[in-house]
Amino acid sequence: MANFTPVSAAIGGALIGLAAVLLMRFNGRIAGVTGIMDGLINLHSDGRLWRLAFIAGLIAAPLATALVGYPVAMPQTPGSTVVIAIAGLLVGFGTRLSNGCTSGHGICGIARLSPRSIIATMVFMAAAIVVVALTHHVLGGL
Amino acid sequence: MPALASLLCGFIFGLGLVISHMVSPTKVLGFLDVFGIPSGAWDPSLAVVMAAGLAVTGIGYAVVRPRTPIFASQNQWPTLTAIDGPLVTGAALFGVGWGLVGLCPGPAITDLATQSPGVIIFVIAMAVGMVVHDLWQSRAAAAAARNLPAGATADG
Repeated sequence: MANFTPVSAAIGGALIGLAAVLLMRFNGRIAGVTGIMDGLINLHSDGRLWRLAFIAGLIAAPLATALVGYPVAMPQTPGSTVVIAIAGLLVGFGTRLSNGCTSGHGICGIARLSPRSIIATMVFMAAAIVVVALTHHVLGGL
Repeated sequence: MPALASLLCGFIFGLGLVISHMVSPTKVLGFLDVFGIPSGAWDPSLAVVMAAGLAVTGIGYAVVRPRTPIFASQNQWPTLTAIDGPLVTGAALFGVGWGLVGLCPGPAITDLATQSPGVIIFVIAMAVGMVVHDLWQSRAAAAAARNLPAGATADG
């Protein structure tokens, strides 16, 4: 487990939890990134300003760590634009259909002990594990 | 004030993603690649991120839930409970996309700061996927309304 980073993972995870708790305390909202983003692009939703502010805060974080000398490395994405686009479409459509993603179901939902979120998290984890096994070990990488 | 509070929450959330390295698709795929368990290359960091996040959120929600939010009239606590087809199908589709690239919505948006072309394409496609879903839902709702017998109304 040469790549295991338990300390930074625990600190980072605790900060994600803190953000979720504060958003409920301040605005009474679930910190689900898909729900926040969908509300931003859906013409019929309310509260566009706080949603935009949350997204801006997300993007500001790596900019701030770069300022103090800890820039985020360029993310490695598959070479094929088609694969990236298909993945993005599936993530966007799928998270709306199931009403949540890793944050809304995986953190906020399981923390509420919601059976819906526990099932959703098990399903998306299992699907991702199968896809990674197929693409990395059967097809030999994308 | 709600927007400022939300900006702070988004920033803390983003810091958590950066510090835990969950903004790195390679790191996420290192967790999802279970073939790494027997070979010793597996990276359980994502599980630690979730465990720490759940511990803080679980305790914090228990404290915060009964209180009225500071900048809102009430908590928007989720009310859905059904374990149904859309939940399972949607989660499966999301998982396939997540496994293909190693990006889920929070890290993808946070990674926009790097101006990575791959991330930009991913986020645009994600937004398109959401719009397609919402258009499909509103069409389905409109069709259902048309098919109601004369004089019938929706619940409530």
